[in-house]
Amino acid sequence: MARITAGVSTSHVPAIGAAIDLGKTQEPYWAPLFKGYEFSKQWMKENTPDVIFLVYNDHATAFDLNFVPTFAIGCAEEFQPADEGWGRRPVPTVKGHPELAAHIAQSVIQSDFDLTIINKMDVDHGLTVPLSLMFGQPQEWPCRVIPFAVNVVLYPPPSGMRCYQLGKAIRRAVESFDQDLNVQIWGTGGMSHQLQGPRAGLINKEWDNRFLDRLIEEPDELAKMPHIEYVREAGSEGIELVMWLIMRGALDPKVNLVHRFYHVPASNTAVGHLILENPR
Amino acid sequence: MALDKPYADIPGTTIFDADQARRGYWLNQFAMSLMKAENRERFKANERAYLDEWKMTEEQKQAVLARDYNRMIALGGNIYFLAKIFATDGKSFQYAAALMTGMSQEEYAQMMLNGGRSPEGNRYIGEKSNG
Repeated sequence: MARITAGVSTSHVPAIGAAIDLGKTQEPYWAPLFKGYEFSKQWMKENTPDVIFLVYNDHATAFDLNFVPTFAIGCAEEFQPADEGWGRRPVPTVKGHPELAAHIAQSVIQSDFDLTIINKMDVDHGLTVPLSLMFGQPQEWPCRVIPFAVNVVLYPPPSGMRCYQLGKAIRRAVESFDQDLNVQIWGTGGMSHQLQGPRAGLINKEWDNRFLDRLIEEPDELAKMPHIEYVREAGSEGIELVMWLIMRGALDPKVNLVHRFYHVPASNTAVGHLILENPR
Repeated sequence: MALDKPYADIPGTTIFDADQARRGYWLNQFAMSLMKAENRERFKANERAYLDEWKMTEEQKQAVLARDYNRMIALGGNIYFLAKIFATDGKSFQYAAALMTGMSQEEYAQMMLNGGRSPEGNRYIGEKSNG
């Protein structure tokens, strides 16, 4: 049977991808950020899963305003890194796992979460930057990836509770898959940031760290937080953090904290990162 | 019954909700078209003519020509779509963010290095800042 062994959460700031692609990771501005991922890259080498279920959001790349799916699962064989207007990132093609993705789609829809099935989609920095942070710059990504896109661009996104419950449904789906697969679930985006209007640049270090504490210790309670608190306290784009609750919902109530990192700034954004393992 | 919009009292912030998305549909779709290199070239060659191919309001077109991002957002633009416009101009997210706050890019970058804009005094319109 397939099993979810660990969860990873990380911000997915596009400038981080550019810093990696342009060889700037050792520059004074970026070095402290990448230092926080040194442990993670080593951990990934020792704990490479068969499949990553990667929760992220599209940033007006694959989806324009003609179609805005709340939850969309990528069921294709492969996904190309998107050209977001500056050319494609020089990263490997993302190989999917159509069989597991289709199984999860069918199972989760029958658990009352109405997913949109996507069979052709380019993936933007929301998905490729976390892969680069955790794997560095390999010729090929060392495992399969199922992209799972959540709408957090057009308000309202799904509630934190909806996301948390969806994580639980995804876990049940994975555990009912017959092949022996080691699956990780990643939740990306956040932490506090606002990219628009006169309030742009908002960062809330205290709130972010409290969010990390609560995500680890009391996710049931954290899931009840209304959208307005994310937006008011963590900025209009801080709402991306609901995606971390999908990851957390798919893990055990009690998890082992393997790694925790927080850094300000990456361009306009506060960067947060956790590695959580399900107890064996 | 009108929808409850508790986010209306957050200073300096426009939430891209369904009403804004409706207002900004063509503005955002125009911006999205700049993902394609040939469209970027056509836009750069004659901005006004390219804008006239889209069913945008005159106000929206003027805001684009002036690169007034706060105005574009007020008229239904969303920052991830508008990003295609400043990318076409060869500008970064940090450039655009600084512009919207009225700070120079250097001042803005320094504010971020210093830990970003504090939430104190920025949660509610009229909230008194502690610092």
